[in-house]
Amino acid sequence: MVTDINKQVIVEALHSVKDPEIDSISIIDLGMVEGIEQDGHTVTIQLLPTFMGCPALDIIKKNVITALKALDKNLSINVQFIYSPPWTSDRVTEEGRERLKEFGIAPPPRQLDENGGWAVNCPYCDSVYTTMENLFGPTACRSILYCKGCKNPFEAMKPVSTMM
Amino acid sequence: MGREAKEMTANNDLQFLSELLFQLADDDFIISYRGSEWLGLAPHIEEDVAFSSISQDTMGHAAMFYQLLEDIGVGKVDDLAHSRTSTERKNAVLLELVNGPGNYLRQPQYDWAFAVVRNYFYTQAKKIRVESLKTSSYQPLADVAVKVNMELYYHLLHWKTWFTQLMMAGGDARTRMEKAVQTVVADFEGMLTLGPKGKEMAELGFIDTEEVLKTRTINAMKPIFESINLDFPSTFEMKNGNGRIGQHTADLDDALSTLSEVYNINPVATW
Repeated sequence: MVTDINKQVIVEALHSVKDPEIDSISIIDLGMVEGIEQDGHTVTIQLLPTFMGCPALDIIKKNVITALKALDKNLSINVQFIYSPPWTSDRVTEEGRERLKEFGIAPPPRQLDENGGWAVNCPYCDSVYTTMENLFGPTACRSILYCKGCKNPFEAMKPVSTMM
Repeated sequence: MGREAKEMTANNDLQFLSELLFQLADDDFIISYRGSEWLGLAPHIEEDVAFSSISQDTMGHAAMFYQLLEDIGVGKVDDLAHSRTSTERKNAVLLELVNGPGNYLRQPQYDWAFAVVRNYFYTQAKKIRVESLKTSSYQPLADVAVKVNMELYYHLLHWKTWFTQLMMAGGDARTRMEKAVQTVVADFEGMLTLGPKGKEMAELGFIDTEEVLKTRTINAMKPIFESINLDFPSTFEMKNGNGRIGQHTADLDDALSTLSEVYNINPVATW
């Protein structure tokens, strides 16, 4: 029965929806879920895209619908992408930051220096001796770096803030 | 206070909003297409990754602006992007010009200096526009602008770095860059203008006036020119026409027929 599905159950189901390009982290931990509304059989999920040209958005939408239909096939699922508030990298949860490291991606730095520059620790050995190889990485939200400590290339999630 | 689409339909303001949205959408659409033609041809592999990432973001911005047009009832996103003829397009002519002689499949002899200078000038002018749009009286546009602006920060950083480094490299690089500046300056006015409906756009609070935007753009670029020891251009022109009124070059027709080839096979298909 639909009435049995409370918000907590929906949140748990959304935890099973991973970023298609970083499958260790859920859309909840990425901070993409802004709103969950239920009105009878209709569930509306509001998501914030990380980057506007992200090709994974349609896949995420489809996976959200699949995950919620699994709770109750009679549910009508409405997935909306909204832009206000904008997604910013500080929306990634503590859990999300750990899951990113598991995938070999350093979590987004919390602070920028006065010139807008930033530095991150290596996600493998935590060394601070890292260099930026390319601000632009394999997906819009990632950069490519190199660790001089353990001599591994790695990626970092770009910091994105409304201060930019 | 934010305006709603319904409120505007009544008093004819919609035509000025749609004019502005077409400029924003068409600019991003064609420059990201030109960017995509560089894929595999950029000077080194890291640049290939960066440039294609920027082009992908920019195409995402175009899609959002077309979406805002769809939301006010102008047409469907895909049709707006693919099925309009060149005379209906509102992009600046500067952005449609080919990357250089040849074709990306056959003997491309693209000009990297032109790519760097065009993208630096464009991104700086777009940044000024988007910052103004953050306080647009049309709230859905202001919301999108906040998002676009965060991504643009990285784009501008990228092109400014290439621009200053190639300029300071001296020798052949400097010569080619200065030549590219002349080419871009000859059509940059077409990017700065808001077209014949610009006055109303500003009066309705959709965006700042053309004069204010132009001054801000120049003020942002002057210190960069000083740092590379190059005289800032005294005037800008529209040598190849005013795209804001539908004047375009054959380069745009060629680009449209290529980029819409798949769409035109079956316009009602879902890809």
